[in-house]
Amino acid sequence: MHDWLHLPLVFLAAAVVVVPLARWLRLGAILGYLVAGVVIGPPLFGVIESPDTVLQFAEFGVVLMMFLVGLELEPRRLWQMRRPIFGWGSVQLLGSTALLMLPALALGWSWRLALVASLGLAMSSTAVALAILAERNLGRTTAGESVVSVSLLQDIAAIPILGFVPVIAMGSPAAHAPGGWHQAAEALRVLAIMAGFVFGGRLALRPALRWIARSGMPEIFTAAALLLVVGTAALMEKLGLSAALGAFLAGVLLAESEYRRELETDLEPFRGLLMGLFFIAVGMGLDLRVFVEHPLLVLGLLVALLTVKGVLLAAMTRWMGIARRERPVFVILLAQGGEFGFVVFQLAAQAGLLGARLHSALVAAVAISLALTPGLLAASERKLAAKLRRRGVAGVAELSEAQDGPVLIAGFGRYGQIVGRLLYANGIEPTVLDHDAEAIASLARFGWRVHYGDATRLDLLRTAGAARARVLVVAVDDIAQSMKIVELARAHFPQLSIVARARNVSHYYRLRDAGVTLIERETFDAALMTGRSVLEQLGLERHAARKLAWRFRRHNLDQLEEMMPLRSNTDALLAAATAGRQQFERLMAEERAHAETRRAAPAAPDDEEP
Amino acid sequence: MSDRLVLAAHPDLADSRVTRQLVGRARTADGVALRDLYDLYPDYLVDVAAERAALADARLVVLLHPLHWWGMPALLKLWVDEVLGFGWAYGAPGAGAALAGKHLWLVSSAGSSAASFAADGAQGAPLDAFLLPYRGIARLCGMHWLPPLILHDAHRADAAALRTHAERFSEGLRDWPAWTGAAGTAPTPLVPTLELDDRPAPFSPYGTRER
Repeated sequence: MHDWLHLPLVFLAAAVVVVPLARWLRLGAILGYLVAGVVIGPPLFGVIESPDTVLQFAEFGVVLMMFLVGLELEPRRLWQMRRPIFGWGSVQLLGSTALLMLPALALGWSWRLALVASLGLAMSSTAVALAILAERNLGRTTAGESVVSVSLLQDIAAIPILGFVPVIAMGSPAAHAPGGWHQAAEALRVLAIMAGFVFGGRLALRPALRWIARSGMPEIFTAAALLLVVGTAALMEKLGLSAALGAFLAGVLLAESEYRRELETDLEPFRGLLMGLFFIAVGMGLDLRVFVEHPLLVLGLLVALLTVKGVLLAAMTRWMGIARRERPVFVILLAQGGEFGFVVFQLAAQAGLLGARLHSALVAAVAISLALTPGLLAASERKLAAKLRRRGVAGVAELSEAQDGPVLIAGFGRYGQIVGRLLYANGIEPTVLDHDAEAIASLARFGWRVHYGDATRLDLLRTAGAARARVLVVAVDDIAQSMKIVELARAHFPQLSIVARARNVSHYYRLRDAGVTLIERETFDAALMTGRSVLEQLGLERHAARKLAWRFRRHNLDQLEEMMPLRSNTDALLAAATAGRQQFERLMAEERAHAETRRAAPAAPDDEEP
Repeated sequence: MSDRLVLAAHPDLADSRVTRQLVGRARTADGVALRDLYDLYPDYLVDVAAERAALADARLVVLLHPLHWWGMPALLKLWVDEVLGFGWAYGAPGAGAALAGKHLWLVSSAGSSAASFAADGAQGAPLDAFLLPYRGIARLCGMHWLPPLILHDAHRADAAALRTHAERFSEGLRDWPAWTGAAGTAPTPLVPTLELDDRPAPFSPYGTRER
């Protein structure tokens, strides 16, 4: 077979088989790719003999990742979060590196080796952390936001680190060191190139993208996005700088442009696959003999990695004022190693700083830490639940007994609670599902029986009695989860009437598209009542204010339905909305004028209705 | 096309003995449009435009409700106040004759006995005296007032009496207008002397005109 067919065949097959398997085992995609690499690599089956050729190609995945990292860095957002990002993020990264270096230096490693290995281990997996935060709906908690801030700093720090690793390595006996003068001139040259790049990019990039986008051919836009990354990377290489740095800068330049989302979606699959390729290559480079020959080295690295980072992070949670119950998530998610660690080790190995043995041991330690993360999280959650139970709080165990209430409420926060209380007050006991253990515990203190469980899981919906219930109230506050629950219910429990809470108009339309008709926009009625109070304060009679508010409500709901077919066309939607509003305002003004003339007329002798 | 419109008004249909049965019959009858007001407007927000459109299609308008305090339930009264507006249902010639010529039929039930409405009965006046407002509506709007169908002793009525009452209701709907004959009192539309704009509208500061 041709080599160009052979390689993709093996890679794609390995990825397609092993990665879903890993996800099914709840181990995450990164670990899946690594295992796939181990399986097809020289040590086991040896399907592919030279990991190095693969690696060269796969490194483009790292470059693409840096472009996307840059794209995420909206300067304004960065500025808003500067304290948690640069403050706590630096504490984590520099602190972990420094603490990890201590035992390494004590063991007599050279400072260069200790520094590079510690930097690599100090990194955490952004991809794994974000996926877990989203999966458990923790993104908006203090711990979740702190995890994001720290990961963001690691992403930013990756740029100088990737740049410096070869420089540090060059100082090692395996490479030659350039003179001091030369280095200063070099630094100046780099700064000048970057300044020129930023300036030129600001002027040229956006108009160029606009011109390409106007051609209206999506695949050409994707091609342009790839060309942009490849182009900047090649340019930077040519100038003797890191390709990743160029891609990162290009990303930052476009972070504020209107094409940000589009570029992101276009490049995401390439990044995912090429990063996968990178992890496969790392897996192929992993020498399994290290487990047999140097088990203590791997174990020692793993223990050092988890305890040193864990202790520092635990101390940080105290200083950062993260709530006690959220601390385990923060510590566990950031204590694990990460994909940038692999990149750092790879660079160090290529520069000759890391030997094959140590490289394998480091990769193995990080990989094991990734594999341990889901288990650690589950264990900490169990411990929290047990602690709550000991405190006399029942009901935080995941729903396991089958329920058969007529009403199912998914989400028992501010919204679902009101629905539930109305039902309880009238002798109807709904089956309530929520996935916030702490909230459930505090509700239990008030005597509510709320089941712990994720309503986006089909098996849990079934246990909750969705097949026999008559009404499903979707009151969760996350739009994606709301849609997922609705789709599951529509597909598997057609007898359920769905009553949904809409966060906003676009969520309302998405629910309508999914076939839901009983929808309330969560703030609409409360705001109407406020408007009614304002009318009353302005001197309108209370009943008149009520009537105006109700008429406005009906007008608004009618208009919402009328605009349904237009919602994908922003211009038409705006025009229709404006026209509808003007028509309503005109009508109300006419009626006001009508009422004025009536009031001005002399009182008729017979002023009453018949 | 349904030219018979039944306007049902019962605030507690689940507890109803008579009206619920009749509503059920109206729902399945041919050529009959049913508007269950308490179901349509649980928040007492009458859609005047929709109601007027339904009235425009009808030639027979049936008011179906129990007698509450010798009159109609609150929501139906609100319906009358808001839908039968000046300048539409009544008023200056040509400007308020939307209902002229249509038939108005009251189908109701009372808890008290027929005897209590005798001249010396407990109610103090014959039933017809209490129905004066209904006749007034018909007269002002130029509608034909049909003899009402009233079930007395509604709380005590047995199944047979209920069935007979329901049967008469169904027949009335089905055979209309054959049975009206000369009974449909030809009204002399009452034309008020007031000008359109002099009339105050009830409830709303800005009137209850169409949306």
